[in-house]
Amino acid sequence: MVGVVGIAFPKFRLVSTLGAYQDLAKDGLWETTMTTKRMGLSGKPETAAEMAARFDDLHPPYNEMMAMTESNRCLYCYDAPCTTACPTSIDIPAFIRKISTGNPNGAAKTILEENILGGTCARVCPTETLCEQACVCNELEGGPVPIGRLQRYAVDHFMEADKPHPFGRKPSSGKTVAVVGAGPAGLACAHRLAMLGHDAVVFEAKAKAGGLNEYGLAAYKMTNDFAQKEVDFLLEIGGITIQYEQRLGDNLLLADLSRDYDAVFIGIGLGDVNDLGLEGEDKDGIHSAIDFIEEIRQAPDKRDVAVGDNVIVIGGGNTAIDAAVQAKRLGAGEVTLVYRRGAEQMGATDFEQDLAKLNDVIVRYWSMPSGIKGNGKVESMVFEKAELDGGKLMGTGETYEVKADMVLKAVGQKLLPSGLDGIELNRGKLVLDEKFQTTMGGVFAGGDAVASGEDLTVQAVEDGKQAAHAIDQYLSGM
Amino acid sequence: MADLKCTIAGIESINPFWLASAPPTDKKYNVVRAFEAGWGGVVWKTLGIDPPVINVSSRYGVHHDHKRRVMGINNIELITDRPLEVNLQEIREVREEWPDRVIIGSIMAPVEKHYWQDLARQVADAGVHGLELNLGCPHGMCERGMGSAIGQVPEMVEQVTRWVKEAVDIPVFTKLTPNITNILWSAEAAYKGGADAVSLINTVNSIISVDLDQMAPTPTVDGVGTHGGYCGSAVKPIALNMVAEIAKSPDTGNMHISGIGGITDWKDAVEFMTLGSNAVQVCTAAMVYGFRIVEDLIDGMSDWMDEKGYTSVAEFTGAAVPQVKDWNELNMNYDIKAVIDPDQCIECGRCHIACEDTSHQAILMKTREDGGKLFEVVDDECVGCNLCLHVCPVEGCISMKEVSAGKPALTWPEHPLNPMKQAAE
Ligand SMILES: Cc1cc2nc3c(=O)[nH]c(=O)nc-3n(C[C@H](O)[C@H](O)[C@H](O)COP(=O)(O)O)c2cc1C
Ligand code: SF4
Repeated sequence: MVGVVGIAFPKFRLVSTLGAYQDLAKDGLWETTMTTKRMGLSGKPETAAEMAARFDDLHPPYNEMMAMTESNRCLYCYDAPCTTACPTSIDIPAFIRKISTGNPNGAAKTILEENILGGTCARVCPTETLCEQACVCNELEGGPVPIGRLQRYAVDHFMEADKPHPFGRKPSSGKTVAVVGAGPAGLACAHRLAMLGHDAVVFEAKAKAGGLNEYGLAAYKMTNDFAQKEVDFLLEIGGITIQYEQRLGDNLLLADLSRDYDAVFIGIGLGDVNDLGLEGEDKDGIHSAIDFIEEIRQAPDKRDVAVGDNVIVIGGGNTAIDAAVQAKRLGAGEVTLVYRRGAEQMGATDFEQDLAKLNDVIVRYWSMPSGIKGNGKVESMVFEKAELDGGKLMGTGETYEVKADMVLKAVGQKLLPSGLDGIELNRGKLVLDEKFQTTMGGVFAGGDAVASGEDLTVQAVEDGKQAAHAIDQYLSGM
Repeated sequence: MADLKCTIAGIESINPFWLASAPPTDKKYNVVRAFEAGWGGVVWKTLGIDPPVINVSSRYGVHHDHKRRVMGINNIELITDRPLEVNLQEIREVREEWPDRVIIGSIMAPVEKHYWQDLARQVADAGVHGLELNLGCPHGMCERGMGSAIGQVPEMVEQVTRWVKEAVDIPVFTKLTPNITNILWSAEAAYKGGADAVSLINTVNSIISVDLDQMAPTPTVDGVGTHGGYCGSAVKPIALNMVAEIAKSPDTGNMHISGIGGITDWKDAVEFMTLGSNAVQVCTAAMVYGFRIVEDLIDGMSDWMDEKGYTSVAEFTGAAVPQVKDWNELNMNYDIKAVIDPDQCIECGRCHIACEDTSHQAILMKTREDGGKLFEVVDDECVGCNLCLHVCPVEGCISMKEVSAGKPALTWPEHPLNPMKQAAE
């Protein structure tokens, strides 16, 4: 059976005539332009090709005809709500119009001008809760314009055309900024600094740049090594160097950076994961979902990634879904996603939740992990049913057990504060003033590590970009 | 089902839908398929004097809308490229096999009496119901002194029409070219020459696009191109106006009109007829969609007639002509204002930016309490131009309300601010 799931039908501002689709949407069975095949996911694939097929593009790229058809549905709104909804304020009607006129390279420049990682954002943004939710076409038949996929079409077209880098640099200021972390925030910051005439030295803890783009997103969202291609593209502007395996608080010290550079930007994301707080969490077979996804992303042949037969994923965000779906695709027998609350409260978008179901992930709501069983190695987990009691989540006392030889924890990440001594944190995140400056003079920050951090790639890009402008102002006042 | 029978130039047709002289009527095979589909008549692809012409390839260029629908076709084809006798034999056969359908023979010849008269007689002898004189092709044939080279000179239009009328005793349609400055001059010439009807329009002279790699107009022929004839829904407005002018003019008013130009659906056909066409011809729509579109022409028109209470096409033929006026006859006291229905508004802002940038700054964009947008018309600034209504993607969201009820009608010649009027007083 080939099931098709999509987000092209409005799920947020449904008009009455589309009511029929609403019901189908609930079942995850409606058909739209976005096709995600239901996979016949039984067992482990034998050949590398079969496995690779399971990790192929979730949404195949548009060809020219599809891009033309969809771009021509855009109404070219004035003061468009989609642009307002985009954290990086891409001029969406302008870029879509350029696609429709056969000017995809112009479209790409319009996108990249505001969002230098527009290629990744096009692939991973939860567009159904951002730009596409705001699309006025939600009110019309046909649903929202597929902005994300059109954005990908334009950026891919540009990057594949092997054009010269679209942005130039202002005359050199002679200043150099240290950027800590080569994730979306750090890269966006470095690129904008380069445009503004400053040099940037980026210090990255890992062996590759890209941050979560490289390590933390499901493989079927970032095919063909796109994260590295995007980094290469971004570096073409010049003035940016990346030093790898430089970890803050380890072989990299903030004090040195402050002394040696004209300013510092911290975009280190969240380097640590939350625990379940249960006894026996150190048993074999219990991993963080982030590590699991990283392993998948870095494995050239996904058959080499170990996956359990009975996998439990705990959490309700997109990371939980990424882990659960990929575990299933790797060949796990049964994958159970367990979430404390209900579907409505899940951080994962409706699209992601449907994706999990289409991949035969069993989803259990209103269940709190209460025990881990097993002798040295996890054998099962016990969950207590939960309910809301006056707005507070309470266990009901009723429990059930789920067999498991692998448990993936996706209950949130947190800032790893090492090397940040002297900077004020609030609820475990960096405190910023309105100019993106931490409580340490000349040290700026953005992305997931900061208090307002929204756990969105696109927000990190915007932070990096805005922080670069703040740093530019700061440097000009020096 | 209303009665769609019509009479044009004395010829009765089971319905007013004919195929225009063009590739769809090129040979028996097509014409039979057209009759099977339900077309009332055909104007056979233009016949000429042997030896037949030779065509080039490619031949067509197209103007698409953004959904890749064909808005117009431009062609550089000539008249029939088959020997005259082959065509005439097929005409005889189809006439016999389809006695209730109309066949008009389209003809073209150099401006010499014997050419036109010989050809007219030969084609008439094949049994056609009437002849159509092709004085319109704006490409190819005109370089040989035919087609629009004749149609653009009123004296020649009259002369050729007269020659043919002298030679045969069946109805003669003179087909007019739109590539002129005033359609009435050629229509009057046809009338003076004795035409029973005029057919219009033939194609509009055009270059459809430029191939930017070959740096040549399309359709290209071995790296270069030439101007061609434009037709299809894009030319409908031009054709409608010309039809109306002829229908309105007392000098041409009692000549029958075969309306042509961009007719694609039943509504187009009805519009042509309300402006004075006694029947209509279709080419491009058939080329784009096939003969089957006649089904919609037939039951669409019939259903509309039932709804409006018309029992014959004659009842609405020309019905809109009296309402086609000169600008000077319009009521300047009539006043309308745009009204935006907030319940239907999807907040795209198109009306606002259109009026703000290019019209009268009469639509304010405000923010509602819930953060959404509210578009408000400033009646004092609105001149009732309709622009907002046309650019709004939601049909029916913007409407125009009359605010001038009770005011007496006032035309420009009567207007106090008209300097010509003051001078006259
Ligand atoms: C490919 C092509 C060939 C044509 N050939 C002739 C012709 O031989 N004789 C003629 O009178 N008109 C010819 N026409 C013009 C059509 O009969 C008709 O007047 C014109 O296309 C406008 O109608 P439409 O918009 O329905 O196509 C031709 C048109 C096309 C597209
Ligand atoms: S009718 Fe014309 S002037 Fe009036 S609001 Fe609309 S666009 Fe503006």
